[in-house]
Amino acid sequence: MSSITMPGWIEPYLSVVKGEASRAQVAQLLRQIGLPVLGLLTFIFLWHIAAQRIDTSLGKFPGPSDVSQQVSTLYAEHKAGRAKEKAFYQRQEVRIEDRVAADPDYVPVRRDYTGSPTFFDQIITSLITVMCGFLVASVIAIPLGIVIGLSTSVHAATNPLIQLFKPVSPLAWLPLVTMVVSAVYVSDDPMVAKSFVVSMITVSLCSLWPTLINTSVGVTSVSQDLVNVSRVLRLGWAEHVRKIVIPSALPMIFTGLRLSLGIAWMVLIAAEMLAQNPGLGKFVWDEFQNGSSQSLGRIMVAVLTIGLIGFLLDRTMLGLQRWLVWDKQSAQR
Amino acid sequence: MKMILELSKVGISFETPRGSFEALKEVDLKIGEGEFISLIGHSGCGKSTVLNIVAGLLQATSGGAILDGKEVYEPGPERAVVFQNHSLLPWLTAYENVELAVKRVFKGKKSKAEMREWIEHNLSLVHMSHAMDKRPDEISGGMKQRVGIARALAMQPRVLLMDEPFGALDALTRAHLQDSLMDIHRKLGNTVIMITHDVDEAVLLSDRIVMMTNGPSATIGEVLDVPLPRPRDRLALADDPLFNRCRQRVLQFLYEKQRKVQPISLPIDSKKKNKKEERKHG
Repeated sequence: MSSITMPGWIEPYLSVVKGEASRAQVAQLLRQIGLPVLGLLTFIFLWHIAAQRIDTSLGKFPGPSDVSQQVSTLYAEHKAGRAKEKAFYQRQEVRIEDRVAADPDYVPVRRDYTGSPTFFDQIITSLITVMCGFLVASVIAIPLGIVIGLSTSVHAATNPLIQLFKPVSPLAWLPLVTMVVSAVYVSDDPMVAKSFVVSMITVSLCSLWPTLINTSVGVTSVSQDLVNVSRVLRLGWAEHVRKIVIPSALPMIFTGLRLSLGIAWMVLIAAEMLAQNPGLGKFVWDEFQNGSSQSLGRIMVAVLTIGLIGFLLDRTMLGLQRWLVWDKQSAQR
Repeated sequence: MKMILELSKVGISFETPRGSFEALKEVDLKIGEGEFISLIGHSGCGKSTVLNIVAGLLQATSGGAILDGKEVYEPGPERAVVFQNHSLLPWLTAYENVELAVKRVFKGKKSKAEMREWIEHNLSLVHMSHAMDKRPDEISGGMKQRVGIARALAMQPRVLLMDEPFGALDALTRAHLQDSLMDIHRKLGNTVIMITHDVDEAVLLSDRIVMMTNGPSATIGEVLDVPLPRPRDRLALADDPLFNRCRQRVLQFLYEKQRKVQPISLPIDSKKKNKKEERKHG
């Protein structure tokens, strides 16, 4: 949809590389790179100073150096975990080969590795959970938002409910969701863990509102002229929605989706903590319970990771919006 | 001349919180096949309302519009509308905008290749072949309006309804489009109803000019025949006595007989002022 052109921001860099940058371009570069770097350095410096002055029962508050050290520790643990896993499967295969050689009728049983998940496994799990929850929320919120936007009666009927449930914190939903899932989701061989379902539903419940509201507003504000075009062409209901309403509302739908994804990611961490679902939230909780001298540093790594991933998720949505939506103005921010 | 459209005692009232508001009253008009009719009147007089009733976008409270012997009660492509602000779907290219209409009207009647040819034909009628694959935000206002006209023409309407089609354009672009429209009208012989507030435009393009009185309860004041021979040339007409007489008649109607009471907003403002003052004193 979008043509491949060089993004405008590359140009000054190219000029600098070519050695033909104008003063204005250098100034622009300084603003673009220099100021954010300055801000970051200031933050790290202040953090370093402040961290030294905070004493906790688990030692000093982790400063930048502790955190960077924990990053490499976590990475080393991840490598070690992977190596252990590989070794486990290798041993299993060797054992099975031996038994099959001794007894040709033996039906091999393969077991999964059950070692504890590493920090990076937790990240992946969290991403899967948040995506599932976000997907469920979108699948509910977009069609519902369209229906609400199209009919003033439905809007009047549902608006109080939306306003009522929108501000509810995930922590309030969680006990209810947990009990309902425990009662309803009963299976001998569950496809996914209960804790996963609980966190996913909590994420969905909390994150569907922005998409719902923005979609309905987007649909309500479809230009009357376009509605008239649709009437003159005698488009049927389905075609009217598909050809006129959805494309018109798409920029607003995407704004909603971006807000929803942000909320989903925030809620997920809390839900994982309480539902004991594997993921970054559980990592933070476990480290807190663990209470070793390294724990705070490791939690700080998790905090920064959560922030970074949240940022990347938002950028991904923005990219998707730029790619899919006709109105490029709407994707400027 | 065969009559194609008849407005018979059309009246419309809108329900407002402050009671019923009668916008139109007893509008009677017969339009022949191939005729070019302009509706002219001061803003707010209900020109657009007449057009919307013919289009089926509004329902007359009394009387009605009859097209080919059948009463109009809903919108349809046989009464295609060219809207004032083009109303193109911004996410579709010029070609796709016309295609949407063509697919809708000629589904099952034309093959894919025929449709393609028909879309391209209509875009070439309005001289937009070169920018078929451009989206509305990539072309100028005049070009958008051309595409809007192509879309309406492509529906092969019995009556083409135009709601101040060139109102938002600059004078030069407007002149270009008027010439294009005259050209198309000569080639295709469409029946056209056009709303305008431009006297020169009305005289230049129309066979008859329908002049409307001021609202509320607006109706047709006078109907002026424009017996100028076609094809018309705007430069030659500038000195033509007949052209100028027609122009004169319309201007007289608008500025003498239906002189709009100029300070419309003043009484409201002064009321507000009075209220404010009352409040101050109170």
